[in-house]
Amino acid sequence: MKEIFEILEQNARATPEQISIMVDKPVSEVEEIIKQAEKDGIILKYRTIIDWPKLGQEDVWALIEVRVTPQRDVGFDAIAERIYQFPEVYSAYLVSGTYELAMLVRGKHMQEISSFVTEKLAPLEQVQSTVTHFLLKRYKENGETFHLPQETNRRLPITP
Amino acid sequence: MLNTESAATESRGNLISQKVATLPPSGIRKFFDLLSSVEDIISLGIGEPDFVTPWHIREAGTYSLEKGYTMYTSNSGILELRQELASYLDLHYGISYHPEHEILITTGSSEGLDLALRAIINPGDEVIIPDPCYVAYPADITLAGGVPILVPTNEENNFVVRATDIEARITKQTKAILSGYPANPTGAVMSQKEARAIAELAKKHDLLVISDEIYARLVYGVEHICFPSLPGMKERAILISGFSKSHAMTGWRIGYVAAERSFTQALTKIHQYTMLSASTIAQMAAIEALRNGEAEVEKMVQEYNRRRRFMVKRLNEIGLPCFEPKGAFYAFPSIKATGMSSEEFAEKLLLEEKVAVVPGTAFGACGEGFVRCCYATSLSNIEQALRRMGRFVTKSRLTA
Repeated sequence: MKEIFEILEQNARATPEQISIMVDKPVSEVEEIIKQAEKDGIILKYRTIIDWPKLGQEDVWALIEVRVTPQRDVGFDAIAERIYQFPEVYSAYLVSGTYELAMLVRGKHMQEISSFVTEKLAPLEQVQSTVTHFLLKRYKENGETFHLPQETNRRLPITP
Repeated sequence: MLNTESAATESRGNLISQKVATLPPSGIRKFFDLLSSVEDIISLGIGEPDFVTPWHIREAGTYSLEKGYTMYTSNSGILELRQELASYLDLHYGISYHPEHEILITTGSSEGLDLALRAIINPGDEVIIPDPCYVAYPADITLAGGVPILVPTNEENNFVVRATDIEARITKQTKAILSGYPANPTGAVMSQKEARAIAELAKKHDLLVISDEIYARLVYGVEHICFPSLPGMKERAILISGFSKSHAMTGWRIGYVAAERSFTQALTKIHQYTMLSASTIAQMAAIEALRNGEAEVEKMVQEYNRRRRFMVKRLNEIGLPCFEPKGAFYAFPSIKATGMSSEEFAEKLLLEEKVAVVPGTAFGACGEGFVRCCYATSLSNIEQALRRMGRFVTKSRLTA
């Protein structure tokens, strides 16, 4: 079963028919497993990785370190939720180390991110401090590498 | 290029050794020239992994250069690598070889094969090989002064050479049996029972067995039988293998031979005069491959298996019946229903649908009626190639 999800994680467009051949299971069973996983929230969404800069549309991204004070009974979860509900927040993590929350924030331009930090994030009562790192270049995301020259097939067309 | 080459060979006829002058060019080579005239082909004709060597192995190679590992190594290869190999073979196949006396690192398994044949063959000795088989077997035997004796295999015995068929061809001149399973070009694997029957035969007739196990790690749903691990076989078997297929390291040219001391010594004698030692960078990378490469090997095998199922199913669907290949990365479908010869099929398919496959006859006369399709290529390539092949088969049926 795990193999079905591994295939879908690599290629969301793999059809149940293709998958059924690859894992050697009947199509109906594969369809059933996928449907159930969608229902159970195991499969959350089917998405596409797009190289936006190639289209000349580059968003501005920032990695923000946030130091926060935990609250009684709820720890960091309540403040984390308060922050990650903002649509500007693309990803949010609780981390160990010198700060508590690590967030990836996406904006149309620098101004948008800086106003998010100064107007929304920093004023929150539990937020002690923030450090904002604007991303300069994306090398690899979700296991995919950007900025590599087009791989040409280096193999000879026929070999013994 | 081939034509100029052979023309040059002819004009200097007396200067070229007769053995080489009469050696037929590889059947694949002939096809290579035709291929270069067609553009945008999808090739199922490649006999190597489509994966690039895993990064940690490449990185180890780079690092060895930075550290200045640019000199010869001992003839047998870096001891550390031989030690890693000894534990690897013990772990996977339960066979123990002494790292200092029983393992030789070679420039790819191809060198190992050549060394083994040259070390054991006296002029006129016969070596038994399956038909079809890897293109180098008969040529290497001939070059070593031996006589290749072909044992036909076919669909009925799943292209595995049978002990009874071998026995029928044993003469006073027979020196060895050379076999390679999982097999190129058929993808066939040898079962425990079949291997044991051959082992018994080798004992009975006092024959050597050269076992080319370069595809050992690429098996699907079956266990690989390491020939020398069979009872009584270590003393009469020469194991040949390497890193090309298991770790996607074809271009590094790194392989090994494992055998009892007397054999290894004999092979090393030739190796020290011809090759000196295998590439040092490749040896350093191979150490890393053995130490930390297992997860990557398994990942590649899993991926090949998915593609294998896909290709075999589609081949059968489009009317090219194919037995289930359980090893290597080849499918060997029958094209007999099209009424074409293997070569005609491959040539027409290339020109009409731009898909390259290798005619079975490139691997021996018994390959007639079959073509080799390699699934070490992306799933989308396989899908598209098989769609084109389906169209080609339907069309040929209509015109037949």
